[in-house]
Amino acid sequence: MGQYTTDFGSIHSYKKGGVTAIDDDPKRYVFSNMFEVAAKSAPYERVAVAKNFEYVIESAKAEGESPWYTAAHDEFVISMDGKVRVDFIKLPDPDALVDPESEGAVKIDSKPEGANMGYVVLGRGHMAMLPVGAAYKFSAAETCTILIQSIDGAVTQHKWAQFCQK
Amino acid sequence: MAMKESAFAGTDEEISNPRGLPINGTYAINPADNITGYKSFQAGSFKFHRDEYFCYVTTPTGVHTMPADAFLRALMRDVAWGFFYGTVNFDQVFGTTNYYGEVDMFMGATNEAYTSAGRDFVERFKADKLMDVFKQMVSDWTNEGYDPFAAPMETGVPWGVKNGDNDEAVSRERVTARRMVGLPGDTPVRTDTNGYPVNRMFADVPQDRPEVHPEPGFEHEVSAYNLFGYLSRSDVTWNPSVCSVVKDSLFCPTSEEYILPVEHGNDRCEWFIQLTDEITWNVKDGATGRPRAVINMKAGDCCCMPADIRHQGFSAKRSMLLVWENGSPKIPELIRQGLAPDVAVEF
Repeated sequence: MGQYTTDFGSIHSYKKGGVTAIDDDPKRYVFSNMFEVAAKSAPYERVAVAKNFEYVIESAKAEGESPWYTAAHDEFVISMDGKVRVDFIKLPDPDALVDPESEGAVKIDSKPEGANMGYVVLGRGHMAMLPVGAAYKFSAAETCTILIQSIDGAVTQHKWAQFCQK
Repeated sequence: MAMKESAFAGTDEEISNPRGLPINGTYAINPADNITGYKSFQAGSFKFHRDEYFCYVTTPTGVHTMPADAFLRALMRDVAWGFFYGTVNFDQVFGTTNYYGEVDMFMGATNEAYTSAGRDFVERFKADKLMDVFKQMVSDWTNEGYDPFAAPMETGVPWGVKNGDNDEAVSRERVTARRMVGLPGDTPVRTDTNGYPVNRMFADVPQDRPEVHPEPGFEHEVSAYNLFGYLSRSDVTWNPSVCSVVKDSLFCPTSEEYILPVEHGNDRCEWFIQLTDEITWNVKDGATGRPRAVINMKAGDCCCMPADIRHQGFSAKRSMLLVWENGSPKIPELIRQGLAPDVAVEF
């Protein structure tokens, strides 16, 4: 009687669809599931689940604390299925940590110097900006999935053959 | 729609014209019919008229008939998307192909039976001139109470003689965040107050807000919003809008219900990320219309539509789909040179 239940999926509970080929090769559709990718990856391993020329979408398992990252451009993150905190530090000299002409995120070995910009706490379906000129770190008390809009770079992992339908 | 303004306007690069067609500059908008009340329209040799149930496209090679609801829903997307990327097939016969500044309009050009019989017909137009005709057509042919953007169960009917209009609905401004929805000075979040109630099929979507704790001076950079809540309040279907931007990488999430009103034959790879619920895609060959695959996407699934196919989605329950586009102005030139890949990733 007019009751609808939205199916969100999560790293703990997801169902995969798939490609039924009629006259084509399923590999051409690069079909995977972000929750499966995150579930079978190490925490904060940023695995590409979509790629369009230089641009990527990365799926990662959020669990505990991540390294610090920065990039020479904006990035964005969506929490898909849980609570994730993102801390930000304003870098006094971003070019010292990342080539301003480079693309994609880079990992910073230790907590960088700089002003505390504050933090956000994301729940399911919340999107945050990871602004250029800042370093950021994720933390999650309980395992969940994050989706990152970025550019193919040093931390992007490519595991297409492992996760995509053949 | 997911295009940047620059894509509609064309680029500094040479405009692709694979058929070598001249620009047709003939346009006409004719007075309302005495019986139906609808105006008729002409662009080049293409003539358009409608009656109480159907819309008709007439060319020198024949007449093509579409139900008014299907035609108006497709026309609305072609208008709202600025002819979009690649080909917008209104159905298996009629459509447009965008060359970014110029547009081919065709009857049967992407239908194997028409082309093999030599019955296809194509003419070329300046995009802005043809768009002006299409905008006037969707305005005149849409009656009061009918919204071609809405799911069929959430709007009135398109049938009957001319009865008012719904220009407020058909002239909606598309949403294109410059950096991210919710940032100061950027596209605002949707609320009850600004006219976006939660859709009935998303009543269970949490409307909580992220915790945002910026230190003083960083309020413009430390920002977050509820994307799922935003999408649950969309008043349109199958109409991607830009929500976040990394250079030319455009996140264009949308809410989907019933059927994608067109068969979209993109000229570049296009990614779909299923955020909630389920969509089934019928995939056909872009050039011939022959079936290629059926794709079932559930929440969390990621799938690329190759650049040589056309696709049409079916969503029984309203769902959230992240359409991911690469809006680089360099891509039309790569396509023209045959350098753009049909497949996004090979493994």
